[in-house]
Amino acid sequence: METNNVDYTELSRAIVLGASAIGAGTAMIAGIGPGIGEGYAVGKACESIGRQPESSGAVTRTMFIGCAVAESTGIYGLLVALLLMFANPFINKL
Amino acid sequence: MSISDFLRGSPDGVDVSGPKIVCSFDVGGITIHLTETIVLSWIIILAVTLLLLWLTSDLKTKDISKKQAVAEWAVKTVYGLVEDTMGKRWRWFAPYIGALFTFSILGSLISMLGLRSVTADFNVPLTWALITFVLIHGTNIKTHGFGGYLKGYVDPVPVMLPINILSEVATPVSMSLRHFGNVVSGMVITSLLYYALSVVTAKIGIAFMTIGIPAVLSLYFDLFSGFMQAFIFIMLTMVYISNADGNAET
Repeated sequence: METNNVDYTELSRAIVLGASAIGAGTAMIAGIGPGIGEGYAVGKACESIGRQPESSGAVTRTMFIGCAVAESTGIYGLLVALLLMFANPFINKL
Repeated sequence: MSISDFLRGSPDGVDVSGPKIVCSFDVGGITIHLTETIVLSWIIILAVTLLLLWLTSDLKTKDISKKQAVAEWAVKTVYGLVEDTMGKRWRWFAPYIGALFTFSILGSLISMLGLRSVTADFNVPLTWALITFVLIHGTNIKTHGFGGYLKGYVDPVPVMLPINILSEVATPVSMSLRHFGNVVSGMVITSLLYYALSVVTAKIGIAFMTIGIPAVLSLYFDLFSGFMQAFIFIMLTMVYISNADGNAET
């Protein structure tokens, strides 16, 4: 019978790191929502500029602000992913 | 990754870290760290001050020079933007908006010189967002009175109190995280791509991938993103503050 010489500390570190990488990838699913939302907003802005070209300045400004606000959920997802990749909070808890 | 490593193509891994500590000293038992961010911020402040002193020296009313035309255009643009967004009675607010915009855009663009962006340190956007937070609530108290300000929290029904408090707290958090997240994601993506390009260079042996491609990426992630985030930050500041002001004309 073989002796069991698995290094459990290394193994648990590996599991935490792998799970963190999967978590970082999963967190970026948050990019779908802002992508769809911003695309829709920009499309509508193009439509309204086509209808009223003289109001293009105000429409563009408002659209950029709306895009920035819509983007924040995506940015939160990105920050979670970055934290998991570069400043992993779980690896020190072992 | 240093520039010589990058041109030679050295695949020693990508390094994404916070701002480096230049020096630290003790003041009454509290250790104060002087970080890269603080040093670069002061360099920016100095550069902007010198630029403005040069632009505003020797002003005339007739036969204006080119630099005076540039200075007048900048001042007019900022005042026009503030008046369009917040109304004429907030005209006095324009210098703060102009200063914030200049600092933000130069703090992001300093990464084009190979230095670390000032805005890629969370302390910087958080400070600006907290200033905006104080201004929003100050304006609200000033126009509605302290009672009216407190009443705004139980509007329209008292059940909404926790949600209203949460939405007030979320404002500076989301503003600062948006700016920080955009700049930092640009920094991380550029450094990952530099790493990938340098690996390709090291495999092939000719530095053709590392010339040209980084410039295009830098154009989007540094120039466009830095400008956009600075603009969005000042626009949101103005919109939130003029919304808190109940008796604005527009």
